[in-house]
Amino acid sequence: MNEILSVDDLVVEYNRNGSKVRAVAGVDLRLEKGEILGLVGESGCGKSTLGKAIVGILGAAEGEIIFDGLPVKKLTRGKRPEHFRNLQMVFQDPYGSLNPRRKIGAQVIDGLVIGGMHRSKALARAQELLGMVGLPADALGRFPHQFSGGQRQRIAIARALAASANVLIADEPISALDTSSQAQVSNLLVNLVHELSVGMVFISHDLSIVRRISDRVAVMYLGKIVETGTVEQIWESPAHPYTKALIAAIPHADGRSTMPTDLPGDVPNPMSPPNGCRFHPRCPLAMPDCAVIEPEFVTLADNRQVACHLQKAGQEPVSLELIPRVPAP
Amino acid sequence: MTLLNVSDLTVTLATSTGDADAVRNLSFSLDHGEILGIAGESGSGKTMTALSILGLLPYKGKASGSINFEGREVLGSSKKEFQHMRGKEISMIFQDPMTSLHPMLTVQTQLTEHMRYHNKMSKSAARESALKLLDTVKIPDPASALRAHPSQFSGGMRQRIAIAMALACEPKLLIADEPTTALDVTVQAGILRLLHQIRDERNLSIMIITHDLGVLSSLTDKILIMYAGSEVESGPTRELLSNPRHPYSQGLIAALPGASREGKFLTSIHGMPPELGNFPSGCAFHPRCGFAEDRCSVPPIDATVVSEGHRIYCPVNPFSHDRVEQS
Amino acid sequence: MILSPNTRKTLKALETPTEKKGKGSTNSIWRQPLAIVGLTIVGVWVFVAVFAPWVAPYDPYSQEFDKFIPPSAEHWMGTDELNRDILSRVIYGARISLPYSILLVVLSAIIGTIVGGVSGFFGGRVDATLMRITDMFFAFPGIILAMAVAAALGPEIRNAVIAITIVAWPVYARLVRGLILNSKSSDYVTASSLLGSSSLRTLFVDLRPNISGPVFVLMALEVGTALLLLSGLSFLGLGATPPSAEWGAMVSMGAVNFDRWWVGLFPGLAILTAVLAFNFIGDTLRDALDPRTAKALRD
Repeated sequence: MNEILSVDDLVVEYNRNGSKVRAVAGVDLRLEKGEILGLVGESGCGKSTLGKAIVGILGAAEGEIIFDGLPVKKLTRGKRPEHFRNLQMVFQDPYGSLNPRRKIGAQVIDGLVIGGMHRSKALARAQELLGMVGLPADALGRFPHQFSGGQRQRIAIARALAASANVLIADEPISALDTSSQAQVSNLLVNLVHELSVGMVFISHDLSIVRRISDRVAVMYLGKIVETGTVEQIWESPAHPYTKALIAAIPHADGRSTMPTDLPGDVPNPMSPPNGCRFHPRCPLAMPDCAVIEPEFVTLADNRQVACHLQKAGQEPVSLELIPRVPAP
Repeated sequence: MTLLNVSDLTVTLATSTGDADAVRNLSFSLDHGEILGIAGESGSGKTMTALSILGLLPYKGKASGSINFEGREVLGSSKKEFQHMRGKEISMIFQDPMTSLHPMLTVQTQLTEHMRYHNKMSKSAARESALKLLDTVKIPDPASALRAHPSQFSGGMRQRIAIAMALACEPKLLIADEPTTALDVTVQAGILRLLHQIRDERNLSIMIITHDLGVLSSLTDKILIMYAGSEVESGPTRELLSNPRHPYSQGLIAALPGASREGKFLTSIHGMPPELGNFPSGCAFHPRCGFAEDRCSVPPIDATVVSEGHRIYCPVNPFSHDRVEQS
Repeated sequence: MILSPNTRKTLKALETPTEKKGKGSTNSIWRQPLAIVGLTIVGVWVFVAVFAPWVAPYDPYSQEFDKFIPPSAEHWMGTDELNRDILSRVIYGARISLPYSILLVVLSAIIGTIVGGVSGFFGGRVDATLMRITDMFFAFPGIILAMAVAAALGPEIRNAVIAITIVAWPVYARLVRGLILNSKSSDYVTASSLLGSSSLRTLFVDLRPNISGPVFVLMALEVGTALLLLSGLSFLGLGATPPSAEWGAMVSMGAVNFDRWWVGLFPGLAILTAVLAFNFIGDTLRDALDPRTAKALRD
């Protein structure tokens, strides 16, 4: 089996004013070696929380995360067990993920030195890795503030590679960069995934980039995954109304003045999610059952998964025609 | 009569290394009810252009040239004249709805404040007006919304409130600086539709500043692309986006993730935009341009007409002989 | 590692790092006028303290002169109530004030850093308890507590140092705890943990460089305060004992003999210049540490 990461029934909670809020409310996920899984969703859907839980920064209230055969536990004060050091994260903020007061070289070799490698050997390896991400060897002796945002992200990636990462959880890795750096870092990640058979979960709100680089996509809404499938399936024939609305909302630069489709309403408060299907209050295709019974996350005939009463397990996906709730202005 | 006519606008800012021109000899016009999009990367001067129209340049910033609004020259107005204009004739909304609304004041106060200043309305008349405005921007339950504070609303709702504030005194021109950049894509779609609707209902002119070509494509009637303080290309939206002629515009469009379906590799324009005060001579884009020739670094760079209303600033004009295919 | 043509092609498109100005060194910062003045004055005092026997014109304890001679050619600073040359005493005073102030600062920094470090690192109840204790010490008016301790232990410069250390350490504890709490939530600390670093290692490898800078700044700024407190205690008779040539004690005598203005003025000036100089150095250190002001000063 090529599967390197699996998530089952994951629930992540946090405390807000004394009550528990489920930022991730029961999620299943699979990732294979050498695969890029795009995890998309809008603000408050829980994708960042999910990423942090997978890696162990946040603890799971329920459910299980299996990385390369072993269950992932939350980070403790002690050393993270060696097996899990191959599960790494790339953070969103290129200015916060590097220690401003330590030289780049020292930071890149951290993973190696902790693993017992001799310092000089580690530095040689660091040079190699910096070369792989397109930075010169003399970068080793410099400090983070001497580099641009895009370069810092590359350094952070080199640091993750130094730990021989098998799986990278990339939490909005290019959102904070300028356009040219975005392209460069994205291309670098894509290359590394294919060169090294690394698995990558690419968390982003930018659907266009996710569409270009992902193999499969998972769509999140209010703490749950509503649909997963290949990029073609998701874009060409979305099986969940939210997915369809999300894609229809993207404006295209084709000069044809088509207005993107609006999805009225607001994301509900995660403290009190709607009964039944979480999306039903805003869903143009909602049926009476949707307000009462929460749809199960089922696998369709073409191997994708969706949680919607309109789709039946084992069947071909039903194509959705969105009836707009509000007539377009 | 055109609503807004900007000619030869130059904005000079004071930097730590001396004066630098953030906007250089910019000219454009806007008709009643027209939506103009100003596009460019950060540092292109687009925000300074907008701020100079309202007299909101930073300390020691100077603007020269001509900004003609409804037949009168606006550049050089006194503080009081600008104050009279802001909110009443020209309004502005900003990128971050978290910080552009006052966290401590109720929605009602913020909506009615300048209404009462400009139009000398009574409190109850202003409140009536405010309710209608909230309805226009589709805020549910306007009566409760008036009593609430901005922190109780989501980002998209706050932007709608900001738009309501901007419309309160019925301005003729609304300037929107990256109004949807900080919003989710579905929320953005709602705001774009709202702006379109308001334009149709009130014949409002809108100047929208953004780097997002998708937003420009759906909302605007015409586009002005800026680079290093100068125009590189301008024209009707449909024409410009389907037939971009300036190498920079071509690059921007080719760099869009949705531009091609081939492979996973994104392209981007080589190099970085120049820093303020260090703009290359002649066409500022020439160091990054694959078509650059010697004459590109020699000022002045004159406009070349591509078609009706569509012009570029490129001495080489490399695509003049063939219509460029859009994938 | 063999890279495919695609990777090599990608790497070609990646730019060479932009060379930002400077290499992170702070050399040019020390060329600021404030820094030069501060360093010069401290340098002079250190020199004077070290080479006192050669620099001082007379023996500071010798009482062979006349009483209360105003400043003159033989006695640049005059003589005091016990017929001693004031200039020599001021010079020898540096040997007490400087080392003891620095000792005091180092001691309180060590204690405060340990308390703040443990507090920030462990958090929870340990943090709460230690911080309440720190607050208690903070609440006491410094000089009063120092007076009480010094009075209880007996007037001696060593006891004065102990007394002041007791009131001086809390500020370091607060600082270090704050820095640790701040840094603990940084992504780079999380990244270190993901790479397998234990919290202890993170503390010493990742957090220490972020803590040492501000602590040193605080220490430099606190030397002046320490010096003033020490002199103050001696002024009150609770520090250095006669016949020690300590600046604070000398100022005390000057206060009693107000009409002989030179008795109190010169030791007072000595305190003033030393404290000011340390404050200048502390300010410069702080500007050097903050990357934004550092850049502004460099350009």
